[in-house]
Amino acid sequence: MNLSDSKKKLALAGIVCGLVAACLAYFGNPANMAFCIACFIRDTAGALGFHSAENVQYVRPEVIGLVLGAFLASVVTKEYRSTAGSSPMVRFVLGMILVIGSLVFLGCPLRMIIRMSAGDLNAWVALIGFVLGVGTGVFALKKGFSLGRAHTANRMNGIVLPILLAGVLVLAMAALLKSSESGPGSMHAPVLMSLAGGLIFGAFAQKARMCFAGSIRDVVLMKNFDLLTVIGGLFVVMLVFNIATGKFIPAFDTPGVIAHSEHLWNILGMYSVGFAAVLAGGCPLRQLILAGQGSSDSAVTVIGMFAGAGLAHNLGLAASGTAADAATGEIVAGSVPLNGKIAVIICIAVCFVIAFLNKRTEGK
Amino acid sequence: MKTVDARGLSCPEPVMLTDEAVKSGKRPIKVLVSEPHQKMNIEKYAKDHDISFTTEETEDGFAVMLG
Repeated sequence: MNLSDSKKKLALAGIVCGLVAACLAYFGNPANMAFCIACFIRDTAGALGFHSAENVQYVRPEVIGLVLGAFLASVVTKEYRSTAGSSPMVRFVLGMILVIGSLVFLGCPLRMIIRMSAGDLNAWVALIGFVLGVGTGVFALKKGFSLGRAHTANRMNGIVLPILLAGVLVLAMAALLKSSESGPGSMHAPVLMSLAGGLIFGAFAQKARMCFAGSIRDVVLMKNFDLLTVIGGLFVVMLVFNIATGKFIPAFDTPGVIAHSEHLWNILGMYSVGFAAVLAGGCPLRQLILAGQGSSDSAVTVIGMFAGAGLAHNLGLAASGTAADAATGEIVAGSVPLNGKIAVIICIAVCFVIAFLNKRTEGK
Repeated sequence: MKTVDARGLSCPEPVMLTDEAVKSGKRPIKVLVSEPHQKMNIEKYAKDHDISFTTEETEDGFAVMLG
């Protein structure tokens, strides 16, 4: 089965993934979060004790399903390859940046699209930063940026992350890990539905090569709109869902949707994510998918995302969302803490260092 | 025959290197890649640029010959 050889099939894959996200939002995932890689990694990291923010601790079966879905799809279609060796520690750092930037904006590129489909104008502002970040990454690629070659690795390497995550799911189902009693971490669809959603999303994303950074990168670099078609399909489904369920609210300061209106930091947060994603060869979603299909380099990036999620909450880098005070009903604007602003600047500086110190050399 | 060795490189480097080779004007070109999705990307590039191609499996991936 190949879903990437025509725009129709790509749009269909986007629609299926959009339906999965819409179902999960309908059955309990947090408002306009639906399916967010950075938030879900942050929640899962919290459940494992990587951080102690009590409101965001829950093993998200979606993340585990994505990796396992991509793993199964790649094995069935003979695309599974155990590979490793393309600058793993640089990728670890890029994984940290992907999550830190996302948690300053409050969402990965996938959630940015979902927020855009719910009318959240902050996400439309952040899109500017994301496109600029991807553009900067493309500039680096044109200047010869490369993280070097991956090589075939021992078969076992590629299945370590899927097995570890399956183990985390078993521990969570045995109620041995932390689980929020209030806040976003307490809001979730039923476990088996989340897992099934992740498996379906993962399999379709693997076959369609879904990548949020790649879609914009291909437009900028090669005027190729194929990958953007997948995103378009997902956006349209979520837009229809949000309008149909009365959740489409075109505004900046909407309480309860876990977003803030610090425009500069929405832009810079997603700039760092777009930049790091191009350098890492894919957005947070794509890293999970590549890790599922055997790339140890992407698995290291995923571990970097877990480490970044832990740091984001332990060091107070993550932004807070606009919320209505429970007692008074007064709207309290969400914000980015100073530590988060400093972290984003450091992330962007590190991206530039990585981008211009890693050059492609013939035969490397 | 010009050979583009893109084995093990991350996206979009295989397509970028292929594009560079095509623009240099020397044909035919043999593009070596390791992953199925990279092979498909090269084939798609060839189709989009009206370049005839054949693909064969190699020991460590694929060789796409652009005519």
